Amino acid sequence: MKSDRGDIELAGVCKSFDGVTNVVDGVNLRIADGAYCCFIGPSGCGKTTILRMIAGHEDPTAGEIVIGGQNVVGLAPVQRRTAMMFQSYALFPHLTVRENIAFALRVRGMSKADRLRAADAMIEKVRLTQFADRLPAQLSGGQQQRVALARAAITEPRVLLLDEPLSALDEQLRVQMRQELRRMQQELGITFVHVTHTQLEAIALADLVVVMEQGRIKQAGAAREVYAHPHDRYVAEFMGGQNVLSGRVEKVNGASFTLAQAAPSGIEVPLQARSTVSVGDKVDIAVRRDDVVLVRSGKELPPGYTNSLPSRVLAIEYQGYFVKVMLDTVPDDAFVAYVPEKTFFADPFTVGDVVMATWATGSALPLA
Amino acid sequence: MSAVLADMPETVAPATTKAIAPSKGGRPWTFYVLATLFALYVLALYGPMFCIYILSFQDIRGGLVFPMKGQSLHWFVDLFTQVRTGDVKGSFDRSIKLAVIVTIITVVVSFLAGLGFRKRFRGDTVVFYTMIGSLVAPGLVLGLGTGLLFQALGLNASWYTSALGAQLSWTLPFGVLVMFAVMSRFNHVWEEAAYDLGASRWQSIRLVMIPVLAPGLVAVALFGFTLSHDEFARSLQTAGSLNTLPLEIWSMTLNVTSPSLYALGTVTTIVSFIVIGASLGSIVLIQKKRGSNAKG
Repeated sequence: MKSDRGDIELAGVCKSFDGVTNVVDGVNLRIADGAYCCFIGPSGCGKTTILRMIAGHEDPTAGEIVIGGQNVVGLAPVQRRTAMMFQSYALFPHLTVRENIAFALRVRGMSKADRLRAADAMIEKVRLTQFADRLPAQLSGGQQQRVALARAAITEPRVLLLDEPLSALDEQLRVQMRQELRRMQQELGITFVHVTHTQLEAIALADLVVVMEQGRIKQAGAAREVYAHPHDRYVAEFMGGQNVLSGRVEKVNGASFTLAQAAPSGIEVPLQARSTVSVGDKVDIAVRRDDVVLVRSGKELPPGYTNSLPSRVLAIEYQGYFVKVMLDTVPDDAFVAYVPEKTFFADPFTVGDVVMATWATGSALPLA
Repeated sequence: MSAVLADMPETVAPATTKAIAPSKGGRPWTFYVLATLFALYVLALYGPMFCIYILSFQDIRGGLVFPMKGQSLHWFVDLFTQVRTGDVKGSFDRSIKLAVIVTIITVVVSFLAGLGFRKRFRGDTVVFYTMIGSLVAPGLVLGLGTGLLFQALGLNASWYTSALGAQLSWTLPFGVLVMFAVMSRFNHVWEEAAYDLGASRWQSIRLVMIPVLAPGLVAVALFGFTLSHDEFARSLQTAGSLNTLPLEIWSMTLNVTSPSLYALGTVTTIVSFIVIGASLGSIVLIQKKRGSNAKG
């Protein structure tokens, strides 16, 4: 093979199954060699189709897929040196753990002794030695996942593709296997492309988070960037943790603008370097839920907090280290404050209380 | 634990006093009705066959009806030695050979049909009903037609040509139906995984599909064999000059008036049971082998 690099480049990739609608619609993306990339989006957004096109199980209708500098469209998975871990693992039910893992070597014509030795080495790596002679049906979900990982890794791929690998597991195991995936990725030092619909999974694992909607990339970036600086309303709402407000621009004053809202004085929002707004524009802004501070009405706002929206408490949910307070701040959208547990219980609110929702002026983020 | 107990009110009465008396294991009357019905069913199913088996073990004085006269294997010997009883050995041979050929063709074609129908394609329902259609056609008529067709084409009807074809029109639809049921439990992601790991089409079929489907393929084979082995209606007009076993038995009922006819029934039953036993045994063996591999 020409290159051991596992950097992936998608250029104008489209996929249509019926010739009418594009399931994947002009996707451009560069994934660095050895990166952990998560595709995230609701079901039907095309993320799995992209994965299958990178894997060689579907051909793009248009566009190029380049791995390690080589256009791989039309090549079989083995020629691409990619390997896929299927959603329900797709372990061969009639083969033992060892035989499953050795399968790729068997079809390459490696001798039985050699392939079983290689499989055993891999089994040790994923800590399944005592289960080597079991059938898949005799394993737990977590063990099956390790077998699937080992079976894919034994082909020495430069890219490993994972289709919702954690969705079949229960919550506790999911967190554990998440760490294991990250560990394996670092150990193997290859590119992982992982498809998920769980935000937590994506931001916990990925170097590169790709948020998708209806066949298009909405935002791609580091986990923290995507979570803390969502590009638009869709990403902000999908990634969660943000309150999204919309309104018309009332006034532009140098480094900030004022958004007409229910608040008597409007909401002051700092301008981002690239965004330009003019009076009358309809603009969405995001405020992180954990940036929102609740003050009983009539009390002083903390210094630096100029925006405040009068609200009523609709519901309260105890979440452990914080308390989720739901407010009727804006008519159509949910508005939520994450109040640290200790702060909340120092002066607890009850449903129906009237409060001022406020935040440091600099923390509001205008969205595209 | 003790704290929990301490919190419980003292006055909790034993729950059993007012509860409906638990069932003492008695069966409802419907059980006895249905059990009787089932016993009658079994009697109707196996009674006639056992009459035949029992009467086949009479001695030389034996007749075609009860009561039983003595006990011996006389009629079994008679069956294979006397020429007047008909060509039992020859027809038996032919029937087994024919059944084996039919079985092989049925398994192979059904498997291929199963592969073909993994994905939907244009006109698949038409193809499917065309395949199944011959199940509905009366066997006797179909056999007659096959015989006529061979005659019209100037071919000689014989058990390994026209009878083979007529029997396949019966076993193939069955085989395909069973195969579809078997295939519906095959997860096609396994094929995809095999492809992902570098298996060729052929390797994917040989190393994944066939082993996973093996018990189902044995079931298809069993169907093919038994359906062919006792096929009568379609073979009647197509077997040509040499009879298959069911045809031979039929002609014997017309001119043989000794218990050797019954002995023949016993022998064929034993053969059938051996075939079925071997098939089921091989299924069990396949599964056992996987189990023991698993234990290492």
